[in-house]
Amino acid sequence: MRALEKQRNILDFTLSSLGRRKGKNIALVLVYTFVIFLLASVLFFSHSLKKEAALILQDAPAMTVQKLVAGRQDLIPTHYIDSIRQIKGVQSVAPRLWGYYYDALSGANYTLMVNADLNDRAGEIVIGNGVSWRSAAGKRNQPLRKNEIIPFKTYDGSALSLKVSGLLPFASELVTADLILVSETDFRKIFSIATGQATDLVLQVRNAKELPVIATKITQIHPDTRPILREEILRTYDAVFDWRSGVIIMVLAGVFLAFIILAWDKATGLSAEEKREIGILKATGWETTDILLMKFWEGAAVSLMAFFMGIFLAYLHIFLASSILFAPVLKGWSVLYPHFRLTPYISGYQIATLFFLTVIPYTVATIVPSWRSATIDPDSVMRM
Amino acid sequence: MIFHPGILALLLGSALTSSMLCYCAYEGVRIIRCWDIRSGSERQLGLERRTYLVSMVMSYVLGFQLLSLFLFIYTADTLSPLFVGAMCAAGSLNVNGFGYPALILKIVSCLLSGLWLIVNFTDNKAPDYPLIRTKYWLLLGIAPFLLAETSVQAGHLLGLRPNIITSCCGTLFSIDANTVMADFLALPRLLSQIAFFASIFITMALGLSVYLKAKGVYSFSIASFIHFLMSVAALISVISIYFYELPTHHCPFCILHSEYGYVGYPLYLAILVSAVSGLGAGVINPFRKIDSLHDVIPRIQKLLSLISILANSLLVLIAGYGILFSNLSMAAY
Repeated sequence: MRALEKQRNILDFTLSSLGRRKGKNIALVLVYTFVIFLLASVLFFSHSLKKEAALILQDAPAMTVQKLVAGRQDLIPTHYIDSIRQIKGVQSVAPRLWGYYYDALSGANYTLMVNADLNDRAGEIVIGNGVSWRSAAGKRNQPLRKNEIIPFKTYDGSALSLKVSGLLPFASELVTADLILVSETDFRKIFSIATGQATDLVLQVRNAKELPVIATKITQIHPDTRPILREEILRTYDAVFDWRSGVIIMVLAGVFLAFIILAWDKATGLSAEEKREIGILKATGWETTDILLMKFWEGAAVSLMAFFMGIFLAYLHIFLASSILFAPVLKGWSVLYPHFRLTPYISGYQIATLFFLTVIPYTVATIVPSWRSATIDPDSVMRM
Repeated sequence: MIFHPGILALLLGSALTSSMLCYCAYEGVRIIRCWDIRSGSERQLGLERRTYLVSMVMSYVLGFQLLSLFLFIYTADTLSPLFVGAMCAAGSLNVNGFGYPALILKIVSCLLSGLWLIVNFTDNKAPDYPLIRTKYWLLLGIAPFLLAETSVQAGHLLGLRPNIITSCCGTLFSIDANTVMADFLALPRLLSQIAFFASIFITMALGLSVYLKAKGVYSFSIASFIHFLMSVAALISVISIYFYELPTHHCPFCILHSEYGYVGYPLYLAILVSAVSGLGAGVINPFRKIDSLHDVIPRIQKLLSLISILANSLLVLIAGYGILFSNLSMAAY
């Protein structure tokens, strides 16, 4: 209990001593907070994007089969379906038709996808929220409504007008912002794709453990194809987002180094007043270990204050202010970028990583200066 | 290498702790060579001041080591989706040959740093620093472990290559790659369950004898070490299966996940604290004969035995709760 009381008293003294040098300490805490804010923003943002990607890919098909021509993806003949369906363990094989359409009027890229529900309603489309705002050229403050028309220029040069028969729900904005669902006939008309060809094939497999074996069999039967598993897409997304945040952290290393030099400098350059204070403390019976303890609490107070403020600001920045600072680099960019708010998520792991990247270097930088000030000779200081 | 923030944090943290330790070792050599408590020379005064610096640095090193042990396991866990067949830390540590050695070295350096701090604490209690040379020799002994840990960990982390989609092939490498599921060698359940509870009660009883009568320190220390090994074995073969409620799942890492209420953290901490305090009581015992430490050491040993008893009680509570209140019944096996 007495030890606890001693710590409490030293902490009490440290805080009041910090308060006496407000200007110097506030400047340090502000810079420290800013550095933590930058790093925390990167970590929170990339982590939330990974989560979002995983959520979206949950419903993706277990395996996609693409055809390659000279290393590039090409249209796949639908007769491949029959041979793939024969492989044991394959539950279903379905062709998919989808592609990107550049709309010269709005300057945006749309994702066009065939939806089976629309096949008997040729001429109709269902559009995402981003498309409805973008296509309404001229009257920008009003979105496109039901039964209005979007003109498409087909690949053979003619024009095709399609009627909006519905809007996709706002909740799925992240995936549907630039999406237009069309019927198969209209899709083939727009891109001049012959029947008997599809963009890729999607497979459902009964037992997920058989996926690699089925993939091998597919490449044996059709050596010009490339099967891609859902797990591989997820893994790649994870690696890409990790890599991006890692790169930004490396870029920020310069900022951080500057901060460490500042912290070192602040800790080394003790003012005459501070030196006298330590001298008096030692003269009144404080031991070197007590001064070191005081310095430890000083560092802990500064670090914790900056750490929590930085994390709090980063939280506001990422989850409430739509991460305006980093969004273009971390998520990529597009004319029709969905407006989405990331689901707030902070884990202990992120906090620990952040702690290692910020507080530990700060502590290391201030150890020697604080030891130096703790071992000041009281006699020589008080003579000054 | 994977450019992952966790990996960057671990590499940075290890590099900093190692460089701090190198500095301490350098100071250690100077102290071993030139220390003379009777001298009032400026050099001796400087060395005395430097001992404060080394103690402070070492307490930070231990703190960082402990944090980095958990960060390492957690990072391995987070990276597991990047490797085919890896389902948790067990798999990603097995991706290359450095993973498990790095983990073992991390645990060993945690224990050694803890013991050093206990010796240092004892030494600082006496006015004439009787253990100064001993503790700096010990420091020189610990340094290679920490440096080895830093390099083995770097070897592991820098050598990780994720199985991601490349332009030439999708799935194919997945089949070529060996599956990296690590199977844990589990001891017979009943045997390790009995051994674990027996070792915990023997350690606690011996701890109590040290606490009350200041007797049997060495037996307590040896029992603590055996108990540490038993706990690790029991964690893999007995305790984990009750938490997972799956008789075949022996992973010591999944227990750190949120699904199991992060119960692994207090469990790991209790095992480490019990080992450090038990071993520490034994390590300082030979110095009892030194005059200035004659009264100090029994007090410290009393404190250490109390800490060990508390840590083991926590261990009994958690493991007991897991086994008794689990939905898994092993009665049929």
